[in-house]
Amino acid sequence: MNIFPYISLVLIIPLTVFLVTGIFGKRFQQLSGILGTLGLFAAACISYLCAYQYFFETEKINAVYQTIISFKHTWLQFTVANILPLQGGVPEGRGGLSIDFTIMLDPISVMMLVVITTVSLMVHIYSLGYMHGEERYATYFSFLSLFTFSMLGLVLAGNIFQLYMFWELVGVSSFLLIGYYFDKPSAVAAAKKAFIVTRFADLGFLAGILLLSYYAESLDFQTIILRMTTENSSFITSASSPSFIGASAITWALTLIFIGGAGKSAMFPLHIWLPDAMEGPTPVSALIHAATMVVAGVFLVARLFPVFHNVPVTLEIVSYVGIFSAFFAAVIACTQTDIKRVLAYSTMSQIGYMMFALGVSGFKGNEGEGFSASMFHLFTHAMFKALLFLAAGAVIHYVHSNEMKDMGGLRKKMPVTNAVFLIACLAISGVPPLSGFFSKEEILTAAFNHNIIIYIFGLLTACLTAFYMFRLYLSIFWNKTFESHHHAEHKSEAPFSMLFPLIFLAIATIVVGFIPFTHFISPDGTSIETEFHFNLATIAVSAGLLGIAIALFLYTKQNVRAENISRSLGGIYQSAYKKFYVDEVYLFITKDIIFNLISRPAAWIDKNMVDGLMKLIAGVSEMFSEAIKPIQSGKIADYVMWFFAGVILLSVFAVYIFS
Amino acid sequence: MTEIPYTHILFVSTALFFIGAFGFLTRRNAITMLMAVELMLNSVNINYVVFNKYFYADKLEGFFFSIFIITIAAAEAAVAIAIIINIYRKFKSIDANEIDSLKF
Repeated sequence: MNIFPYISLVLIIPLTVFLVTGIFGKRFQQLSGILGTLGLFAAACISYLCAYQYFFETEKINAVYQTIISFKHTWLQFTVANILPLQGGVPEGRGGLSIDFTIMLDPISVMMLVVITTVSLMVHIYSLGYMHGEERYATYFSFLSLFTFSMLGLVLAGNIFQLYMFWELVGVSSFLLIGYYFDKPSAVAAAKKAFIVTRFADLGFLAGILLLSYYAESLDFQTIILRMTTENSSFITSASSPSFIGASAITWALTLIFIGGAGKSAMFPLHIWLPDAMEGPTPVSALIHAATMVVAGVFLVARLFPVFHNVPVTLEIVSYVGIFSAFFAAVIACTQTDIKRVLAYSTMSQIGYMMFALGVSGFKGNEGEGFSASMFHLFTHAMFKALLFLAAGAVIHYVHSNEMKDMGGLRKKMPVTNAVFLIACLAISGVPPLSGFFSKEEILTAAFNHNIIIYIFGLLTACLTAFYMFRLYLSIFWNKTFESHHHAEHKSEAPFSMLFPLIFLAIATIVVGFIPFTHFISPDGTSIETEFHFNLATIAVSAGLLGIAIALFLYTKQNVRAENISRSLGGIYQSAYKKFYVDEVYLFITKDIIFNLISRPAAWIDKNMVDGLMKLIAGVSEMFSEAIKPIQSGKIADYVMWFFAGVILLSVFAVYIFS
Repeated sequence: MTEIPYTHILFVSTALFFIGAFGFLTRRNAITMLMAVELMLNSVNINYVVFNKYFYADKLEGFFFSIFIITIAAAEAAVAIAIIINIYRKFKSIDANEIDSLKF
């Protein structure tokens, strides 16, 4: 069997580029941008080759795509695996807890490889133009390479602890890139917020890993999945007895792991960092906070999906958190005026889609349609959301503002951007035959087959999505005529390096929907034949079209209709505009409750009692030494006196003892 | 000729030692103090020789040690004189009471 020996290059190249541009970049600013892009181009070629070989040349066994371990290095071995004889008819083995460095290829990791390298390559090319003339140009590119390296490592990881390490590396590079403009206080605050919130979630993830590996006695994904899904396995029996607050250990483990995933994927209530993360450069938002890093949570759930599927409680949590986040974010997105924030909430909403699609999915055969749909949506979303962000970046580059009110009527000034933005908006609204239509339709079908409440909210969200996307589109490109500011007057649209990725991604957005995704990716590895449900598709599309129609009615021309509606909605509009006060709630909890009730008393104890004890000891010894200081007079005669006195004393003592 | 009883000699050496100690404590001149130290060393030498001769006549360690001490005393005198010269250069005096800057 082909074991893809070249696949480790896909990790080594970005890492090398990161090191080289990071160390030598200061002197070769221009060169490091080109080097980064070339490196990524090579990585992209490798991953395309890999995807081609994996899906079309590698033999399937029993019509199932095999999981391939192409590289394995045992790093820290805690317990040695031993294979026990059959237990309940299934060979289980015990032990084998070790942290390995493994490169594992299976359908979803190969799919993620393609997504990451494609979007990253486009972002690299785009950044060549967008970041031109920045002072820390080389640093920017080295951070991008670091991010790409860690994200690729994350998806290729075959060991949950390895995944966790790359997970943290991804968090670090996200932190570095959000805080790229570190002279802006808001960017620094946003970077800190993103880091702290995701770290907080990762605490849950770590606890989940420990719990899961304790019961599965392994950190290896394949082993965990095998042991936790085999019927009547002793691992399941020991892990599913009630342990803590009525829930079983495995439920807790998976819920905690999901918390980690929810933090990275900006699910409610850990989403607060994502909108603020838009302080980073726009290509970064496209790469990290739209297409790749934020779907890591979805990827994590998908990676452990067989285990999740055995624990219905957690899967319910996943689906309800997903649908709530999807709907909640869509409502907020309708009111925001910063175009990048609209896109950020839209991202959150779409990731919510992927989450609940996983939540409603079954495992065997055609029931696994939700899983496939989720991965499909991940794929198409990466394309059109990256496109939206990059196009928004082009607009911001042109207008020098993020606010909708500074835009309007740009369609004549920026024809290409206008076209690609429209394509992406139609795709995300689910208009056939663009890619978003296919994936969204599949998700809604899966939801319809499983849970009607989720389906209805999914439809509502689809309608809202179409509405706010077209609100965004129309406010940027139509609405009023563009008042040319003095600096924007003579500018042409954007350099070719920025337009090329837009066009490429637009083409991708149009065509990727036709990939028969369910043939390649499904929870049990078999291919799924999906029927096209005409009725459901009609409903979904009409929900999207309704949203578009409302947006067209309100925002095509400059008028007061939208304002009237928002005024009549009053409180609801205000609270959505204020993001439902989630940030304020967090501030209240952290500042007023944690700081005042826990941190301040703790600080008081530290200052007064712990420090006080130390100060007391120090004070006493100081007083004592002050008192005996004069003995050291510096006069030799004194010392000699003391010396003789001591000698005499000792002699007397010795005589007293020995006589 | 009868031998001198060893107590006599020990009396001399004790007297010598306390003369040295008294000189070391009362004198203020650094060189005189050095001389007093030499006196004390010599009293120890006498002790060594006496004990060796009177109690362990078949051994030689006591003699060796006294020769050893004489050698060291010579070297020590050279070092001490060098130190005193340096002190004189710095303080323009070798009065031990004035040299008291090494304190808290």
